Amino acid sequence: MAESDGHSPLDQFKISKILPMDLGGVDVSLTNSSVVMIAAVVLVTLFLTLGARARALVPGRWQGMAELSYEFVANMIRDNVGPEGRKYFPFIFSLFMFVLFGNLLGLVPYSFTFTSHIAVTATLAVAVIVMVTGVGLALHGLHFFGYFVPKGVPVVMLALMVPIEIISYLSRPVSLSIRLFANMMAGHTMMKVFAGFVVTLGAATFGVGGIPPLAMNVALTAFELLVAFLQAYVFAVLTCLYLNDSIHLH
Amino acid sequence: MPQLDPTTFATQIFWLVITFGALYAILSRVALPRVADILAARRKKIDGDLDAAATLKSEAESVLKAYEKAMADARAQAQATLRQAAEDLAADAATKNAALSERLNREIKAAEERIAAAKNRAVDQISEIAGAAAGQATARLIGRAPDANAVRVAVEAAIKSGRG
Repeated sequence: MAESDGHSPLDQFKISKILPMDLGGVDVSLTNSSVVMIAAVVLVTLFLTLGARARALVPGRWQGMAELSYEFVANMIRDNVGPEGRKYFPFIFSLFMFVLFGNLLGLVPYSFTFTSHIAVTATLAVAVIVMVTGVGLALHGLHFFGYFVPKGVPVVMLALMVPIEIISYLSRPVSLSIRLFANMMAGHTMMKVFAGFVVTLGAATFGVGGIPPLAMNVALTAFELLVAFLQAYVFAVLTCLYLNDSIHLH
Repeated sequence: MPQLDPTTFATQIFWLVITFGALYAILSRVALPRVADILAARRKKIDGDLDAAATLKSEAESVLKAYEKAMADARAQAQATLRQAAEDLAADAATKNAALSERLNREIKAAEERIAAAKNRAVDQISEIAGAAAGQATARLIGRAPDANAVRVAVEAAIKSGRG
């Protein structure tokens, strides 16, 4: 796709500077991506604090949603990590809500999907892996590296198994970041492509031909809502599973 | 693909670190503790209510047990009283009955004795009257008074044969 014609389905991923900023020669301009990130932080904060403002014994709808999100992540950690995971609840909750709101805000027309950028998802994934590895090292010291030595494997096979385990461990941040980035990018690209069909087919057939791709786009929007939630959930659940491995080893 | 433009990496990562760090700080310090407080308060309230309900239930059960025991005691006592009263009445009736029947027997016996005496007297008077009548009848028939002893013997023989 040529990026110069201004109608490429990939144009929506373009980062545009809003307020040029510089930090020691590094370009850290405020962009459309950063604005949506800030919006996500503000919305998550408002969602929780305003939802919890009433402190009602019997929650209203908003408080119910805030409590639901809290208990959803709390249960996720309890099921996948166990009681030792309580400490990491704020991190995983922040991660889940940040990704979820980033995905959902991206569905707002003319908005920007910061989770569709590998730089963002990779940074999050690296943060997860660094944090999880740090937890493992802090809890088990050098025994943590026993994680790469599977039990009950003949010594001869270890020469093969240990590198495989290490590669599998190191590929976690790769799969974690690419899964989210690719899902968001593919979904939004597809919506843009079908939106383009609405215009081109509609123009060629006095509007009639635009109806099927428009219907498709309605269905895709619903599907993307599901994907937005699902990918945030997958990101959080995988973080829980990695954390579980670090805390309990094998 | 704009995603692969390295010139945008620095600003994305910079703002991601700032915003995510801010979100983590706000959520872990302010927002999440508030929600946790609400949930803990609710759990405490529910647990307290359940405890209170359990205490009240056990109290109600013990009251019910005491009531049932009191009912059973009262019933047993009432039955004992009734049985006692029935026994007393029966004994009283028996003694009165015995006294009455004894008195009746006595009176019957006395009456029978009186009747027997009157009967004997009547029988004696009958032979006398019959003897006098027979003597007068005989005197009318034969014109002279028969021997009184003979008449008496004959009358007594006749009465005896008549009775036999």
